[in-house]
Amino acid sequence: MATIHIDGQPFAARADTNLLQACLSAGTDLPYFCWHPDLGSVGACRQCAVKQYSGPDDTRGRIVMACMTPVTDGAILSTRDAESLDFRSSVVEWLMTNHPHDCPVCEEGGECHLQDMTVMTGHHARRYRFRKRTHRNQDLGPFVKHEMNRCIACYRCVRFYRDYAGGEDLAAFASHNSVYFGRAESGTLESDFSGNLVEVCPTGVFTDKPFSSRYVRKWDMRGAPSVCVHCAVGCNTILNERDGSLRRVLNRYNGEVNRYFLCDRGRFGTGFVNAASRLRAPLLRASDGSLQATSMAAALALFGEALSTGPVIGIGSPRASLEANFALRTLVGAQNFHLGVSGIEHDLLTLTRDILRVSPARIATLHQAEQADAVLVLGEDVSKTAPRIGLALRQSVRQASFEAAAQARIPLWLDAAVRSLGTDARSPLFQATPAATDLDPIAVANLRLAPEDIARLGFAVAHCIDPASPQVVDLAEAMAGQARAIADALLAATRPLVVSGGQCGSAPVLQAAANIAAALHRTRPETRLMLTVAECNSMGLALLGGEPLDAAMEALEAGMVATVVVLENDLFRRVPQARLLHALARARHVVALDHLASATTQVAELVLPTATFAETDGTLVSHEGRAQRFFQVSFPVAPVQDAWRWLRDGAKAAHRHDLDWQHLDEVIADLCAAHPALTAMRGAAPDAGFRIAGSPIRSETHRFSGRTAIHANVSVRDAKPEANIDGPLSTTMEGYYGEMPAALRPYFWAPSWNSGQSLNKFQDEVGGPLRGGDPGIRLLDGDPVPWRYHDAIPGAFQPRVDALMVLPKGRLIGSEELSDRAPAAKPRIEPAALSVSPAMRQALGATTMLSLTGAVHAVAVVADPAIPEGVALFPAHAHPFPGFADPQWAETAAP
Amino acid sequence: MLSNVRTLWLTFLHLFHRSETVGYPETKPYMAPRYRARIILSRDPDGAERCVSCNLCAAVCPVDCISLQKTEDQGRWYPEYFRINFSRCIFCGLCEEACPTYAIQLTPDYEMSEYERPNLVYEKEDLLISGTGKYPDYNFYRVAGMAVPGKDKGEAEREDPPVDIHGLLP
Amino acid sequence: MTLGFGILEIVVSLAAMLSAAAGLTWVERRLLGFWQDRAGPNRVGPFGTLQAVADGVKLLFKQDWIPPFADRGVFILAPAAGMATVLLGFAVIPVTAGWSVAGHLNVGILFFLAMTSLGVYSVVLGGWASNNKFALLGGMRAAAQMVSYEVFMGLSLLGTVMLAHSFSLVDIVMAQGRMWFIVPQFLGFVTFLLAGIAETHRLPFDLPEGENELGAGFHTEYSGMKFGMFFIAEYAGIVLIASMITTLFLGGWLGPVLPPVVWFLLKTGLTICFFILLRAALPRPRYDQLMMFGWKVLLPVCLLNVAVTGAAILLFSPTG
Repeated sequence: MATIHIDGQPFAARADTNLLQACLSAGTDLPYFCWHPDLGSVGACRQCAVKQYSGPDDTRGRIVMACMTPVTDGAILSTRDAESLDFRSSVVEWLMTNHPHDCPVCEEGGECHLQDMTVMTGHHARRYRFRKRTHRNQDLGPFVKHEMNRCIACYRCVRFYRDYAGGEDLAAFASHNSVYFGRAESGTLESDFSGNLVEVCPTGVFTDKPFSSRYVRKWDMRGAPSVCVHCAVGCNTILNERDGSLRRVLNRYNGEVNRYFLCDRGRFGTGFVNAASRLRAPLLRASDGSLQATSMAAALALFGEALSTGPVIGIGSPRASLEANFALRTLVGAQNFHLGVSGIEHDLLTLTRDILRVSPARIATLHQAEQADAVLVLGEDVSKTAPRIGLALRQSVRQASFEAAAQARIPLWLDAAVRSLGTDARSPLFQATPAATDLDPIAVANLRLAPEDIARLGFAVAHCIDPASPQVVDLAEAMAGQARAIADALLAATRPLVVSGGQCGSAPVLQAAANIAAALHRTRPETRLMLTVAECNSMGLALLGGEPLDAAMEALEAGMVATVVVLENDLFRRVPQARLLHALARARHVVALDHLASATTQVAELVLPTATFAETDGTLVSHEGRAQRFFQVSFPVAPVQDAWRWLRDGAKAAHRHDLDWQHLDEVIADLCAAHPALTAMRGAAPDAGFRIAGSPIRSETHRFSGRTAIHANVSVRDAKPEANIDGPLSTTMEGYYGEMPAALRPYFWAPSWNSGQSLNKFQDEVGGPLRGGDPGIRLLDGDPVPWRYHDAIPGAFQPRVDALMVLPKGRLIGSEELSDRAPAAKPRIEPAALSVSPAMRQALGATTMLSLTGAVHAVAVVADPAIPEGVALFPAHAHPFPGFADPQWAETAAP
Repeated sequence: MLSNVRTLWLTFLHLFHRSETVGYPETKPYMAPRYRARIILSRDPDGAERCVSCNLCAAVCPVDCISLQKTEDQGRWYPEYFRINFSRCIFCGLCEEACPTYAIQLTPDYEMSEYERPNLVYEKEDLLISGTGKYPDYNFYRVAGMAVPGKDKGEAEREDPPVDIHGLLP
Repeated sequence: MTLGFGILEIVVSLAAMLSAAAGLTWVERRLLGFWQDRAGPNRVGPFGTLQAVADGVKLLFKQDWIPPFADRGVFILAPAAGMATVLLGFAVIPVTAGWSVAGHLNVGILFFLAMTSLGVYSVVLGGWASNNKFALLGGMRAAAQMVSYEVFMGLSLLGTVMLAHSFSLVDIVMAQGRMWFIVPQFLGFVTFLLAGIAETHRLPFDLPEGENELGAGFHTEYSGMKFGMFFIAEYAGIVLIASMITTLFLGGWLGPVLPPVVWFLLKTGLTICFFILLRAALPRPRYDQLMMFGWKVLLPVCLLNVAVTGAAILLFSPTG
């Protein structure tokens, strides 16, 4: 730590940072544009000029760019010196010479970093009388709007898009005043992280297109801290709502998880909350076989009757909260509770949970993954199944350049210089996957193998690292060499990371990954392991425990079930259609609780409308076992209500009195009492009684408008504000906003920092943890258990002549159930095609009849040179095989 | 004590002063053109709605009686609905001050009492007039950088034509 | 005096009293209007004279609301008690030598004092029965204020009694044949005037109502005709105090040329106008100032007045 003097006050500052970062960490309001905590400094905007003095006797000082000047012990700065103030106001005036008179019609207006900085710098009247340069805009696809006139050329967009996220199709064109940031020609941005441009851009060049279609200003939206439900990473988000509709999703910084960036699935996939396919009333199957809307009382009467008709089984859901699943489990009894995932997925999930519990190599947070200096990815295309992990792995390969920079005495924040070094110095990233991934270009080696071979490679790597781990017999020469190379690279690292997951549906792959991590951990104590799971609460389900879906199907088929209650789960995505229809037909009552109409609700006898994650509170457990609470931002109109309330009301209607919860906290208390492994989840966020200075946390900004007019067309009398009985957030602008637990932060705002950049005010230090600790409680970090290597090494993959091994392919949009239903994301769903090796493509032709999940459909066939023989990939859950998610042998036939 | 007596005396003398009361409605008072009463939405000189739905009037309204929703038509922003609850309005005029496009204006028409409160809720159709109001010449899109129907990029006041990004000349 | 004539006298007096009180509501607002350079009520009837009727109709047709939390019996009793005590007070007022409802009552002053003292109950009970913080505070203030000013009211009248050698109001008027008691009893007049204002809790001594801090004080919860009774009782109280001042200090019905009734009404009317002028001109004191003024200024002044009057009588009386 160094001591620097800012405007006469001494502050402690980290020596490896720059003066701008130090000033911001010290709470000084110093304007800046081009610097970004995760993108580093480039010195493009000249806005953060301060005066530095060489010593106490120096009275003249000199202007330096704070973002380009390292912190030195004893540095003396003045941010309020007249000359630097003048310099900064001149700079902003230049930047504004070409900025259009657009703020009223700009989506960034009111949360614009450029507005904030202009006001902060004191430039308020235009003196430049000449003409403004203009640009034509491009259509950048369904997610991002382009308005180039507003650009101030800070280069943040290309630095994020190209340098940070590895995108290729956004670039800087032309020169000097005319510099243009866009694509070579109009077209959809290809990167899976394009939405971050909205937050990265300090002004309104890139704005959120879906949000713009139902736009309101930042101050007019209620905010609530939430957790992304579109994959298992558990990125923290802020939901913004107004007038009953969810308007947008913003990144909510969590120093250990998503930090500054979200993927496009998380940011633009939430449209399902407002979708027309939402269920808004209970549906009852009428005598003519159609589903008819009915009253809450009638629905509950039937629900009660169904629950009284035993035996009852419950099918939970990996996309429902822990609380909702627990409510169902309590309702039907532990032995009748099914996790709602297929047998294969259930086994993998249980295995993943057990490995993560006992592995000596501890679970990597996303931030730790960014800092890994050697990475091995086994069998999982994380860039699609959990895109944010892919982005983190992209950063990990920069570790070598950081070391090179340190040797060359270049500070790490000097981004352009470090990146130049990085073109030659890259940390190793190895991928062993069945097909190409987005990370291929930055990987040292990409091995394209069938799942069994991936596992064998993994076991071989583990054996190379620790001979005590089981040896793979009859390993091919080439693979042995590859294993050796990977082992050497991993051993050369100090913070190696092993990434794997259940995408291949292969337990040995997971076991091999666990073996490698454990073997590495013996000599590399900072080894980390990262195993992804399929859905946002898969890990929560694994911790809750229950039978797989197959057991439910068997019980149904055996006719041993009178009533089946399906919680927020489209079973057609998990069980072959024919089998499911047959099984459900054997039950007397099929009750489906869901917020979206699905194939399952179509066949149910009774459908109860539940609340989406935006309308209820609950806890999700991420792939790293991090329990995180999401809070409701929207207050649904009855009869839509939380799933656990439906289940409670059903129990009441069935004259049971053991589920008499009134508040979420009571559900959580019972859950913690019933599941010792989950007890810590109670601490994921403060409970509903939490108050600061006697007040709840306010969820609306102090400037929230239209209260007395917004519903005046319905009733001129002011409506009573909604009551939030389950969480510590008030529903109005009344309440506390200031220092608060990070898990409750409903929006980021600080005086004179209206944009998301106000985040700096809520971190311990810029880029560090949120003040009060990053939210989330890790549930899988138990006491160390003696490690035993897994030794179930599979035989090598044997291609079959009569069938293809079809593996699920991840897609950003289209393979995940909820984002699939977001209208804004629809155009981004790639058409489904069967990817096969070129030789197989020749054999199959352009289309083939594929028999998968018990159905036969014609699908397009495309060649992918990377795919090994005998293996094919088809997008998971894609039309026409919504039930396809687990690898299986599939036959093909000529159409 | 004496001052109290003096007060009594001075007050008593007011018996012989002229009454200030104006006998409305028999006598109509003169209202200055900038008097702050009924709020209207004006149109720009081309006849299009001036309101661009920037929400500033709603934000500045101390009684929160303005509510609107943005929508867009070929790049031009409009309010999908624009609602003022006059039963809450205090005619402070801050909305007019905040309006960057001169769309929302207060007029001297103060006779807008109603027997039913819901009749005081004015929608966009009730607020929109066909003229420019107090500011005859201003057209926001002529000075803004956005392309709207009838004004392409580079055609606003003091704008250069769009840059050819393929040209390499400085 | 026949019974019939007595009843007629009562009816006429009551009718005159009540219509005077009602009319006063209009007179006061008109006068206040003039003193504040505005019109006052001028819409209903010629010059707004029917305003009182309109108000009466409005009050009659208002919902007669008794709050569910109120003490029902007492809540209803309180305004009636207020009205009754004020009206009873009029029984002893000699409008002319022969015209007084109670006839030539030899303890007229004591009866009047008794009735005004009873009036306190109305306010206190109203405030208490409303079961409302503001009303209770108003009632408390009224009790303290009226009990305090009761003392000097009695004391301030002792001078006139001493001079007239009688408690009978008729005798007191008759004793002013040579000189109105306002001259020898100026201090008594001033203290009685102030005490009278305080008794009727009129501005500037209307702290029991104190709109700006107590809502409407003791009658916060009252509406409709019950409020109307408090309202009328207040104006009737003004008339009563004004008539007492006329009787005790301004020579009652005595006067040249005009008939005695006219003299009485004229003097009373002017006194009432003075009351209204006080309201128009003076601000309300703070509560502690009011109490301090009563106990530390008015009480000594009254005692001094009694002592000086007594001494003067001893000094100058022919028997002394």
